[in-house]
Amino acid sequence: MGQAIAFYTIAACILGFGVLVITAKNTVHSIMFLVVNFLFVAGLYVLLGAQFLAVIQVVVYAGGIVVLYLFVVMLVNLKRPPEAHQDRRRRGRLGVTCSLVVLAELVAIAAYKYVSPAAGLPPALPMGPDNVAQVGMLLYTDYLIPFELASMLLLVAMVGAIVLARRDL
Amino acid sequence: MIDLLVIPLIKIVIVLTGVLITVMYMVLLERKVQAWVQVRLGPMRVGPHGVLQPIADVLKLFVKEDITPVRADKVVFTLAPIIVLVPAIIAFAVIPFGDQVSIFGKPVPLHIADLNVGLLYIVAVASIGVYGIILGGWSSNSKYPLLGGLRASAQLISYEVAVTLTFVSVILASGSLSMVDIVTAQKANGVWFAFVQPLALFIYFVGALAETNRSPFDLPEAEQELVAGFHTEYSGMRFALFFLAEYANMIVVSAVATTLFFGGWLRPFPSVAFLHFLDVVPTWIWFVVKTFLVLYLFLWIRATLPRYRYDQLMRLGWKVLIPLAIANIIVTAAVKVALSD
Repeated sequence: MGQAIAFYTIAACILGFGVLVITAKNTVHSIMFLVVNFLFVAGLYVLLGAQFLAVIQVVVYAGGIVVLYLFVVMLVNLKRPPEAHQDRRRRGRLGVTCSLVVLAELVAIAAYKYVSPAAGLPPALPMGPDNVAQVGMLLYTDYLIPFELASMLLLVAMVGAIVLARRDL
Repeated sequence: MIDLLVIPLIKIVIVLTGVLITVMYMVLLERKVQAWVQVRLGPMRVGPHGVLQPIADVLKLFVKEDITPVRADKVVFTLAPIIVLVPAIIAFAVIPFGDQVSIFGKPVPLHIADLNVGLLYIVAVASIGVYGIILGGWSSNSKYPLLGGLRASAQLISYEVAVTLTFVSVILASGSLSMVDIVTAQKANGVWFAFVQPLALFIYFVGALAETNRSPFDLPEAEQELVAGFHTEYSGMRFALFFLAEYANMIVVSAVATTLFFGGWLRPFPSVAFLHFLDVVPTWIWFVVKTFLVLYLFLWIRATLPRYRYDQLMRLGWKVLIPLAIANIIVTAAVKVALSD
């Protein structure tokens, strides 16, 4: 009961701040709402007993990536909205297309669930006291290939950024 | 009920009061040490040898006029000092101040919480504090604070990487992320990690100086270039919050250095048998003494070294400290694997 109340409170806050992120007029305010949003997501992980993931969520997303967003926003002048958004009709068409795609996805998911109900999730791992060791074990055994692929992706992104920034290589 | 609420609440009150009083007297100690290094007397007027100076300073800050610039973003301007101060203070939640003591026959551990991800919690909390500095600089809507805020955050992000990497080598040496377990691992090994991981200690200390914006890395508030950096437009109590956070952060990094590298609450030479008489000193006193020695080092360095240039700072962080820290992790892991066979 207590857990359900906590979950719905946190979920409502995540959605609420998510809406604020896209409706805020000022970009810096919108980034701050994003940080709060990420902190609530970390709260969701704590609720699930995954303290390690919760802390990593704060370190990587709230503390690392969003700071870089803030840098970009402060260094780039965003006072004037880009030209393409001024065209009313084009904006309308884009909005309608996006909503239709999302609606189609929702309908597809609902239909699929109706046709073949979920077989039930695999049993949750026994909740050990040592989250870190569990995550580490999983990453280096069952999920080794996705883990290595993700590191390759990051390396490619890093090399790409260097190539873009330095033309005289 | 008592274990769940009352005891933690009492501990929180004691730690919070202790931290605030320490901050007040760190400011006085800093002025005194600077004065002695420069063959001056320092504050002498309020109380004998100026010991009541902090109280006078706090009173002054309370009654000072609180100014908000007209073109500032009011909400963010008010929030920024709070965003800086709160992480600095909640980081104390995982720091173990001493071994378990028994009060009225009840065993009470001298820490507020022993998280199994304690060290990462400190990293996470510290990474949130950066926002207060950037937002404080941005919301003032003034040139110098913006430049100071950008400098401060670039510096913090750069050195956070090196500091976090040194944590990894300590975690490898201790086998745990819990602050309490890291201290007990040093007891079990019979040696402080300062001797096992001297390179990590050096990188951590340099990184800590940079993360707390202390000299020789105090570029974000270089008064000759930027007036006072990100808090130029702040006055009165709001300025005091920034000031408080800066010193609270210094205490946090010193306490973390004590826990990770200097054996936390352990007495010196924890494994030497004929020094057992040192055990009469309560464990938390060892912790406080060690933390103060590290803090003193901060003051000493400020009085000794000139300020770095900004490009030198970035080069030191990215091209020297981070590669060294990574190399240290590789060597530590290799040694650990070799020893375990």
